[in-house]
Amino acid sequence: MRLAWIARHSIAIALTIMFLAPVVYLVLLSLMTSNQALTSDYWPNTWHPENYLRVFQVTELPRYLLNTVIYAVAATVFMLISSVPAAYALAKLKFRGRNALFLTIICVMMLPPQVVTVPLYLMWARYGLTGSIWPLIVPMLFGDAFSIFLLRQFLLTIPVEYLDAARVDGCGEWRVLLRVVLPMARPGIAAAGLFQFFFAWNDYYGPLLYTSENENAWTLSLGLASFHSVHHVDWNLVTAATVLTMAPIIIVFFFAQRAFVQGVTLTGVKG
Amino acid sequence: MRWKRNLTTLSFLAPMLIGIGVFFLYPLASAVYFSFTEFDLLSVPEWVGLDNYRKMADDPFLLQSVQNTLWMVVVFVPVRIVSAIGLSMLLARLKRGAGFFRTVFYLPALAPPVAATIAFVYLLKPGTGPVNTFLEHLGLDGPLWFNSPAWAKPSLVLLGLWGIGDIMIIFLAAVLGVPESLYEAAALDGANAWHRFRYVTLPTIQPVILFAAVTGVIYTLQYFDQAAVAGAIASGNATTGGGITSSFGYPEGSTFTYPLWLYTVGFSYSALGYANAMAVALFVAALAVTVILLKRSKAFAGEAEA
Repeated sequence: MRLAWIARHSIAIALTIMFLAPVVYLVLLSLMTSNQALTSDYWPNTWHPENYLRVFQVTELPRYLLNTVIYAVAATVFMLISSVPAAYALAKLKFRGRNALFLTIICVMMLPPQVVTVPLYLMWARYGLTGSIWPLIVPMLFGDAFSIFLLRQFLLTIPVEYLDAARVDGCGEWRVLLRVVLPMARPGIAAAGLFQFFFAWNDYYGPLLYTSENENAWTLSLGLASFHSVHHVDWNLVTAATVLTMAPIIIVFFFAQRAFVQGVTLTGVKG
Repeated sequence: MRWKRNLTTLSFLAPMLIGIGVFFLYPLASAVYFSFTEFDLLSVPEWVGLDNYRKMADDPFLLQSVQNTLWMVVVFVPVRIVSAIGLSMLLARLKRGAGFFRTVFYLPALAPPVAATIAFVYLLKPGTGPVNTFLEHLGLDGPLWFNSPAWAKPSLVLLGLWGIGDIMIIFLAAVLGVPESLYEAAALDGANAWHRFRYVTLPTIQPVILFAAVTGVIYTLQYFDQAAVAGAIASGNATTGGGITSSFGYPEGSTFTYPLWLYTVGFSYSALGYANAMAVALFVAALAVTVILLKRSKAFAGEAEA
């Protein structure tokens, strides 16, 4: 038994090193001079944390960052406003066609975005909104299939007795949702919100499609992908920008780890 | 009072119903219609019947992109599932530091795909990258990774394994959910570790494997970001914004996935009719896979609960 224990933990530690190595290497590279970053060294000869300041000066990073924050925050808030009531109806209200509607949501969720890319692009172009992040934000006001699915799965776990008690007290369904369900569903809502935030923060396809024609609207993902071609000899700066793009995600994760893991589990465990 | 209750229900669903109409049904119907036409961003769609679908049959780039995407489906999806099961089994049996290890294995799944891809291209740089430098210390000749037609896709698989955390967490919950009594019963019957895994764990987590396989295939069918960015960074081409399509598929089309070709056809060549025909084919493939999940999985059937 003792031997198995040691073996398992040794494997886990070896894997930990492999999982962490890419990020550690990025950070080390980002602290080198641009000359040393081009060599095969692992360890900086001299440390240059000022690379992180230079990234802000030599690139449009501040603007990309602002666009990304606007996209991620607006998409998350809009999604919650539109998707929580829909998920509640799908989970707790009885009406004709509920199953068909839920199946439709699953189909939307499973739809590769490329299928509807061209017609949607043409639609936004007709309104002159390509070249901005509006096409990425506005649809969130009309429900997000994955979030609705996730929220519904969570709301199913809330015992119906609580809702009935409120109904007996004369609450309408909206009051039941706002007063009873919302406080109980906080972990599920947090998880769905975090997923949406991270999706928007990490999104590359959407911004590439709608904003690549206008650099003022670029997000971090787009800026980062292009950054390398402009500064391809400054690996230290490219990696600094890469670390800066990852950092907020990691920080948010550590503040919200529990809600997060619970949310991931919810997406699949009930298979 | 019945109509009033219906009105209330409708008030909950209205935004979503509009969304399904405007952002799903309308563009889907348009894609089908456009697939029978020919036009670009400046011209009006002109009916050409089945021409676009006939063209698909002898488009060498399409064939290559289908092959690449199928390769990813056949290799990437099973490798990810097997690794995730292995990792979750390991995590489930760790007595010390399980929370720490879980976090470490999970976190890379959250890394922005563009950032993660850049990290891996740097990590796997043929000349000066730390992986090949390390292999050299061992006396091994490292491959060209993202710069080699043979190794570019396996490099993307490595990148995908780094971000395995999301399905690993799902498998971990499933593995931890296997009733201890089943293991005890199996142990009484003299089952060894492999038998316990094969006859107790696997059948119990089978629905989760199905879920992971279906979502994995769907994910692979739309695989775009990592392939696009890896091509751009590894090729070293000056590509900004929309011009990124020029380095798609580098090296030698080996990372040219179906969505990359669809995007190129649509937004570099402006062959919007043809792009929509490709979109319809993609839709049929995704729908077929989704139907398997709906048929086989209880949670998605909707009725059972609530």
